[in-house]
Amino acid sequence: MSEPFEPKIITFLCNWCSYGGADLAGVSRLQYPPNIRVVRIPCSGRLDPKFILASFRRGADGVWVSGCHPGDCHYIAGNYFARRKFALLKGLLEHMGIEPGRLHFSWVSSAEATKFQQVVTEVTKAVKALGPAQHFIKKLPEVA
Amino acid sequence: MVEYIKKIQETAKRLLEDKTVDAVIGYRQGTIPMMNEPVLIRRADQADQLYWDSFCGVNLANYLAKRKERLAVVAKGCDSRNIVIHIQEGQIKRDQLIIIGVPCQGMLDRRKVWAKLGNQEPLSVREEGDQLLVSGKGFEESFKKSDLLQDNCAVCIHRNPVISDELVADPVVEQQGIEQYEDVRAVEAMDAQARWDYFEKLIAPCIRCYACRNACPLCYCPTCFVDESRPQWVGKSLDPTDVRTFHYLRAFHCAGRCTDCGACERACPVGIKVRQFTKKLNKDVWERYQFEAGMVLDGRPPLDVYRPDDPEEFIK
Repeated sequence: MSEPFEPKIITFLCNWCSYGGADLAGVSRLQYPPNIRVVRIPCSGRLDPKFILASFRRGADGVWVSGCHPGDCHYIAGNYFARRKFALLKGLLEHMGIEPGRLHFSWVSSAEATKFQQVVTEVTKAVKALGPAQHFIKKLPEVA
Repeated sequence: MVEYIKKIQETAKRLLEDKTVDAVIGYRQGTIPMMNEPVLIRRADQADQLYWDSFCGVNLANYLAKRKERLAVVAKGCDSRNIVIHIQEGQIKRDQLIIIGVPCQGMLDRRKVWAKLGNQEPLSVREEGDQLLVSGKGFEESFKKSDLLQDNCAVCIHRNPVISDELVADPVVEQQGIEQYEDVRAVEAMDAQARWDYFEKLIAPCIRCYACRNACPLCYCPTCFVDESRPQWVGKSLDPTDVRTFHYLRAFHCAGRCTDCGACERACPVGIKVRQFTKKLNKDVWERYQFEAGMVLDGRPPLDVYRPDDPEEFIK
C-alpha cells in the first residue's frame, strides 16, 4: 500500500504579522496540517520572485506567501508594493503553465490565529488535490 | 525615406557644429542589406554616415544608460518611450539629451523578407511608397511593406515619439482599432498543461546567449541575475528549468517597463518569440493599473507606486 501524498509547501511569513499569527496558532494549540515549511521574511515586500522560483525548482509542491493586511505594514507600505508584484508574478507564472492552485497569497495578522489555521488547511488541500509538482523541478545537480 | 535621411544628417551636423551635443547616436548602413547598425558620431564631417530606412529596429535607448556627455539620439516612438523610462529611472538626465524624433511607419522584419526570397540572396533593398524592392543576382522582386512588418510594429499604437526636441517629419497617423493582445488571449484560453507545453516548445531552441537581454534597453543592471553566483538563482546549464527560470525572470524584470519595441525578438538568433512573455505582463499592467510604460515624463513605473485600493482578488 502506497502512502498518501503529503505535499511540501514552502511558506514565506512576514515577521510582523503572519509569523506572529503562526506563533499564536501554535500557542493556542490550534491543529493544522504539518505540510508547511516556514521561512521568516522581514516583510512581504522583501519577497523576491526568485525565492518563489527557487522553491519550485528545488521540488516544492506549493508556495504560500503571507503578510500584513493592507494598511498594517510595519514599514508603512511594503505590502502595497508587494501586492502589485505578486499580482503580476502570479499572472505570469500561471500564464506559462504553473497550475493555478500551487501559488497562494494571503494577509494574516498576528491576532488571526484561526485565520492562519484556516488558510494553511485551505492551501494544503488545494496543493494536495493537484498532486506532486512535475514541471518546474530541476533534476540536474546545481553547479556553480 | 530620402527626406528622413537628409533631415537626420542635417540636424546631426548642426548640433555637432554648434557644439550643442558631444555626440549623436543614430543608425548607419550595415555590411549586408537589412542590417542597419547603431553608430556614435562625434564629428560633424562624419554625419553623412547616418542613415534611415525601415530596418532600423535596434533600440537606441540601449546606448544611453549612465552616459555623462551631452547626446543627441535618433528615436522612433518606442525608443522615445524607452528614453522616458531611462529618465524616470535616473539613468540619464533630460537636459543631457537632444531627441531627434522620427515618426515611424513600422519596422520591417528581415526574416520575413528572407523567407519570401527562399534561396535568393538579396544584395540591395530600396523602398518606394508602400513597396519594398529587393534585388540580387538575376532577380528583382517587390513586396508590400505591410506584409513584412515586425510582429510588434503590426500592433503598435504609438508610432510617433512621445518626447522630442526635433522632429524629422510630420507625425504619422497612428493605427486605430488594433487588437494588441490577441495572441496572449489565445494562450490564456488554454488549460494549464497546454500552456506549459506551448512555452516549452517556444523556448526549446534557446541557447541562453542572452542576446534578448543585451538588446533590451531596460536591462542595465551592473550585475545581471544570471551572472550572480552566490546565491545562484539560475543555473548555467541548458536544463529546461534553468532556461525557463531565465525567461521568467527576464520578463518579470521588464514588468511595467516594457514598451514592446521588439528589440529582444529581433536580436534572438534562433527566432524565439520572446515577446510572448513580456506581452502578458504588459496586458496585466494595462488591465490592472491602466498603465503604459514610458508615456509621460513625470510618471513613475507601476511597480514603484501603489494605490490602497489596488485589486487583490487573488489574495486570501
